[in-house]
Amino acid sequence: MSTNFFPSPQTHTFIAYVEDQPGVLNRVTSLFRRRGYNIVSLNVGRTNQDGVSRMTMVVEADDDKAVRIEANLYKMVNVLSVEDITHKSNVSRDLVLIKVKAGPEKRPEILQLCEVFRARFIDVHPETLIVEVTGTQDKIEGLVAMLAPFGILEMVQTGTIAMTRGGKGEAADAVNPAPNLKPIVAA
Amino acid sequence: MVAPLHSITEPQPTSTGPKTLTGSQVIWEALVNEGVETVFGYPGGAIMPAYDALTDYPHLRHILVRHEQGAAHMADGFSRASGKVGVCIATSGPGATNLVTGIANAMMDSIPMVAITGQVGSHLIGSDAFQEVDITGITLPITKHNFLVTKAADIGPTIRKAFYIAASGRPGPVLVDITKDAQQATTEYRYDGSPVRMPGYRPEKHPLPSDIARAVDMIKAAKRPIVFAGHGIIKANATAALLEFVQKTGIPVAQTLLGLGGFPATHERSLGMMGMHGEAWVNKAIQEADLIIALGMRFDDRVTGNLKTYALDAKKIHVELDPAEINKNVKVDLPLLGDVREILRLINPHVDGVDVKEWVAQIEHSKGDSAVREITNLPDNGKLFAAHVIHDLWRYTNGKALVVTDVGQHQMWEAQYYKHDHPRKLLTSGGAGTMGFALPAAMGARFACPDDQIWVIAGDGGFQMTACELATCAQEGIKVNIAIINNGYLGMVRQWQQFFYGGRYVATPIKSPDFVKLAEAHGLKGLRVTQRSEVKAAVEAAQASPDTCIVDFRVEQEDSVYPMVPAGADLDNMIRRPKPVSPVSDEHNPIFEIGKDK
Repeated sequence: MSTNFFPSPQTHTFIAYVEDQPGVLNRVTSLFRRRGYNIVSLNVGRTNQDGVSRMTMVVEADDDKAVRIEANLYKMVNVLSVEDITHKSNVSRDLVLIKVKAGPEKRPEILQLCEVFRARFIDVHPETLIVEVTGTQDKIEGLVAMLAPFGILEMVQTGTIAMTRGGKGEAADAVNPAPNLKPIVAA
Repeated sequence: MVAPLHSITEPQPTSTGPKTLTGSQVIWEALVNEGVETVFGYPGGAIMPAYDALTDYPHLRHILVRHEQGAAHMADGFSRASGKVGVCIATSGPGATNLVTGIANAMMDSIPMVAITGQVGSHLIGSDAFQEVDITGITLPITKHNFLVTKAADIGPTIRKAFYIAASGRPGPVLVDITKDAQQATTEYRYDGSPVRMPGYRPEKHPLPSDIARAVDMIKAAKRPIVFAGHGIIKANATAALLEFVQKTGIPVAQTLLGLGGFPATHERSLGMMGMHGEAWVNKAIQEADLIIALGMRFDDRVTGNLKTYALDAKKIHVELDPAEINKNVKVDLPLLGDVREILRLINPHVDGVDVKEWVAQIEHSKGDSAVREITNLPDNGKLFAAHVIHDLWRYTNGKALVVTDVGQHQMWEAQYYKHDHPRKLLTSGGAGTMGFALPAAMGARFACPDDQIWVIAGDGGFQMTACELATCAQEGIKVNIAIINNGYLGMVRQWQQFFYGGRYVATPIKSPDFVKLAEAHGLKGLRVTQRSEVKAAVEAAQASPDTCIVDFRVEQEDSVYPMVPAGADLDNMIRRPKPVSPVSDEHNPIFEIGKDK
């Protein structure tokens, strides 16, 4: 849990839209393997468009290397668009499930902690709890540190997903060009 | 004598109405629609339905190879010589894996090629069925793209896409793996000749006008500019544009191995090859240059030597089609993305008034004693040096042969001594350095250039890797001339052992069959040459032979390729040719001068 998921000079966050076909994930990861790029996290999922998946990749790279990673991704036939959002205003989130050892006497204390982190209980068992938390990596690390003394039995994390702030992102726009969005003005 | 060739004279249809065909027929139909006339392959279980349908396409010539690697190299050689997409075909499993070396070779040198493989029935995929291998998985990193086709209806459109991907942008090999059931099923096939559209594939690149202007400014401001002409010049058919650029500016041109022929070697501004086995004064010029104009090349480690000390005084303009090559090895000041011919045409009108006379004189001066060290300038001392053989071959073929080299010492001697004045007349395995490339590649080139005089130049080691294709030459009536530079060693490895491994010749002495008898065993012609005085007659006899002819040149055994930049050393830190002790020396001169060539 020591890895820093945050965009820094050492990591870059890419968004890629790819064709939703068998083997595409393998092609992308094979590229990273072959060129020796180290993946910090990788998330793939569907989008609002049929046949199009979206990947968020956090990769160890300086700015120079990042340009080549982007170019290499862009070259792949199944990759529809790529955007390096590291230096763009963006929101990024991880979702984590943590199973904590928690007898009835410890539950109130854990509940209080979770409130601070805006985490939720999603399963209660006589001896354990499953906590769900969404957020940035340092928030997650903070919660993990606080829960560790109670005894963490299992933990699973999605990997970062990210989106640029404001209007439609470059990568999204390349896949499905849309007229400029009209700003929605609150009534 | 040229092998009989079928020719398809009717124009290619732009589209055809729907026909009901088997998947197997669609394979051939689609190839014919892409303009294919010759395929190189080897049948087997999973591709048998396709082969069975070949009888319906008598105009397509199929060359039966002896090993699938040969098929891949033939398709590659055809492609290099013609600029078109070469096609090879193999069955599943070992047939497909035997293509792998040839595909990787094509990938490294950006050769457009389509490889078609049979695959086990789609219901058997993943079951470790007989002759099943995951060839799309295996070739993922060595193809530009690959496809697994499991439905007959997908075969036609996929082959069309494969050709488009292979030939467009930075070219490369594409593999299409087709299951047996897809070949057997029936489908409606309609050829659509309209441009292929794939949403994720946009190979076109164009430079910004402002960057062109910046390049012009940099060229005009330079005092010591040098052009690097790479493989991209040949691929983009940019020779004429480059000639115009050099005629206007006078800027000297150094070439990469794969760039040879892209700029005339006998042009007064040609510096010849750069890098590990480039002339010392060429590499010195690169280290002294204040501007490098790199055209369609990728700063390979064999070109740059030690990157930390490489061309530190030079600003660098990098004209390149593939954005992933920019700043990969060498940090450049101005990348120009796009087709090198188009970019030269944009630059050419604006580069009047460049004056590099002083710089050219400086380069000329630094040639120094190079000519004295030049082996071809030495009188005949009765010994047969590989350099002599290749130099003489150049003279006796009037520099007009299409030469296909294998990999090793002879390849470097060819690059140094056979002066290519035209593009696509030197085919060689550059990036991958695949021994065994020459003979099959030359056979493929024969179908691209039916009237050329084709010479294979191979070492005794590499030749034996694909020598089985001699049988293919005999069966198919393919005529090439083969010069085996036979020194009884894996020469380049021996040279490295001599220079860098204390002279311990481990696993490099190699015994060969009697190549003359080997040729004769195939019903072909064989000759042996041991004296320089015999070279001319042998070259002429080989040319006159209607059949493929092997000439076994028994050359000096422990000759080395000079000059040489040791791997990873500074570019101007060269091992130079030993100076002859006397003009006619019988002794091999053991002195190497290692160190900066000041």
